[in-house]
Amino acid sequence: MPYTASKPPLPETPEQLRARIPGWGADLDPADRPSVPRERSDLPPTGAHWDFPDRQEETYPRERSIEHEMLTPVFGTAQPPHGLSGAIRRYSYERFSEGRAAHWLLLIAADRVDAAGAHLRSFATLRPDNPVTETGVLSELHRHPVASRRGRVDVRHQPLDALIVAGPWIAGGAAAFALLRALRRRR
Amino acid sequence: MRAMVYRGPYKVRVEEKDVPAIEHPNDAVVRVARAAICGSDLHLYHGMMPDTRIGHTFGHEFVGVVEQVGPSVQNLQVGDRVMVPFTIYCGTCFFCARGLYSNCHNVNPNATAVGGIYGYSHTTGGYDGGQAEYVRVPFADVGPSKIPDWLDDEDALMMTDALATGYFGAQLADIVEGDTVVVLGAGPVGLFAARSAWLMGAGRVIVVDQLDYRLEKAREFAFAETRNYTHYDDIVVEMKKATDGLGADRVIEAVGAEADGNLIQHVTAAKLKLQGGSPVALNWAIDGVRKGGTVSVMGAYGPMFSAVKFGDAMNKGLTLRMNQAPAKRQWPRLLEHIQAGYLKPSDVITHRIPLEHIAEGYHVMSAKLDGCIKPVIVPGTD
Repeated sequence: MPYTASKPPLPETPEQLRARIPGWGADLDPADRPSVPRERSDLPPTGAHWDFPDRQEETYPRERSIEHEMLTPVFGTAQPPHGLSGAIRRYSYERFSEGRAAHWLLLIAADRVDAAGAHLRSFATLRPDNPVTETGVLSELHRHPVASRRGRVDVRHQPLDALIVAGPWIAGGAAAFALLRALRRRR
Repeated sequence: MRAMVYRGPYKVRVEEKDVPAIEHPNDAVVRVARAAICGSDLHLYHGMMPDTRIGHTFGHEFVGVVEQVGPSVQNLQVGDRVMVPFTIYCGTCFFCARGLYSNCHNVNPNATAVGGIYGYSHTTGGYDGGQAEYVRVPFADVGPSKIPDWLDDEDALMMTDALATGYFGAQLADIVEGDTVVVLGAGPVGLFAARSAWLMGAGRVIVVDQLDYRLEKAREFAFAETRNYTHYDDIVVEMKKATDGLGADRVIEAVGAEADGNLIQHVTAAKLKLQGGSPVALNWAIDGVRKGGTVSVMGAYGPMFSAVKFGDAMNKGLTLRMNQAPAKRQWPRLLEHIQAGYLKPSDVITHRIPLEHIAEGYHVMSAKLDGCIKPVIVPGTD
C-alpha cells in the first residue's frame, strides 16, 4: 500500500526467478548494460576513418530542412520531388521549419496529391493501379478473417480503412461519370 | 531488381527497379537475404508519416550479402554476410561521437529532429529500404557488421531493430532488482523488452495488449503475466490494483502511433492524421506508473503534435526516456546473451512471405490476421 513506506512484497524471490527465467539478472549491474549511460564518448571505434565524411554528389537540387545549415554529406536520392506534389514539398521545406505544423501538414497534403497523380498516371500504363491486389485484401480468404478479429476493439474502426481506400476511387469514378454525362448533354 | 513500392495509403506492390548504385565512396550495395515488416512500417503503409512518396521502398530491418563496395570501404568485402542497423549513421558527428548513433546529423537533410532510417519516408532521409532484392547501404564501414557464422539470418534479422530496440527500451527504463515492469504492447519490441526486463533483474513483468494470441506469446516467450485491456473497464486502475495501489515502478511503451483503446485518439491520429500519433498507450504509461517512476518510450510517433497527458507526468515526477535505438551498441552484449542460450530472437517470427506477395504481408500484419506477430519477407521466391 502506498500509504505506508514499505513496498508490496513480490510473488517470487530472486532465487525462484533465476531458476525459472533464462538469464534472469544477467544485466543486473548497470555496467553490463551497453546503453548505460546513454551518452558517452569512450565507446569502441565506430569504423569511421574521417573527421567529416566525403560529400555525396548532389545530382538535383536536394530539398532540405531550413534547420540544417547545409546539405548533409550523405542523403537519400529515392523519388526526387516532381510535379505539383514536388512543388508543395519544396515550398514546405523552404518556408517552414520542423517546428511548424504547416510544414508537416503541407507534406501530408503533398503525399495525397502525389498518390492521386500516380493513380491517374498508372491508367496510361500497362499496369494500372489495382486496389484489390495492392491492398492484399484477398489474403483475407485464407487468413482466418473472422476468428482473427473476435473480441478486438479495433474492429470498431476497421470499416474506416475500407473507406480510406475505396472512398477516393468511388469519388473519382463518380466525378468521371458526371463529367462524361455533362459532355454528352452539351452535344 | 524486384522491390516493394508504396502506391498510396494501404496499397503496395512489387515493381521492377534499378539495382542501387554506389553514390558515395563509403557506400555498399547489399543483396537482401531476409527483410522484415516492422510495426512502425504500418505508419507509413497507412499514410501517417509525412513525405512518404509514391514509389518508395520500405524496409529498415534486413540482412544480406555484400554485393558491391565503394572505393573507400575498408571493413567489408564483397561476399560478406552482414546485418545492418536500421538507422544510418556517419560515426563522427557531434551525436555519433557521444554514442547517439540513431541521432546522426550527417545523413538526413530533410529533418534535424530524426536521423536517417532505411525505407522510412523522406522525413528520415529519403533512402529506399530493404524490402527488395538489393539495397544501398551508406557508411558501410560504420553501420553493418559481419554476422557471426553461428548466428542464422533470421536471428540476425531481429538484431537489426526489434530485439535491439526492446533491449534498449528496458535499459532506458532504469530497472533495478525487484522492480515491477509493465510493458504496453505485445508485438516484437514489447516481447523483447519484457524478456530484457528479466535480464535486468525485474521482480515482476506484466504485458498489456488487446490480442490474446500475442498475450499468449508474452506468457510463453517472455515469461510474463499478462492483461488484456479489453477485459477491464479501465486498464490504469487494473495496473494500480495489480501493484497494490502503487503503480508500476517502470513502464515500457512499445505501441506507438496507432494505439487503440480510445476511439477518438485513434481515429484523429491514425485515420484523420490530425495528430502525430495516438498517445493512448503513452497516456496509460504516464497514469499507470508509480510516482517518481520511469516511462521508457519505444513506440514510434510521427513528427506532429499528440495529445499527451503531460500534466500528470509532471505532477507525478516521472522520468520520461526515449529514443530510436542505437542498435549496434546493443549487439556485442546481445550476442553474448544469445550464445548463452538466454533467448532465441527468431522465436517471435510467425510468417515468412515471398517478396512477390508483399501486399498480403502488409495486410496480414496491419489487420493482425492469422496470429501474426512478425512477418519476414523472403526475396527471390515465388
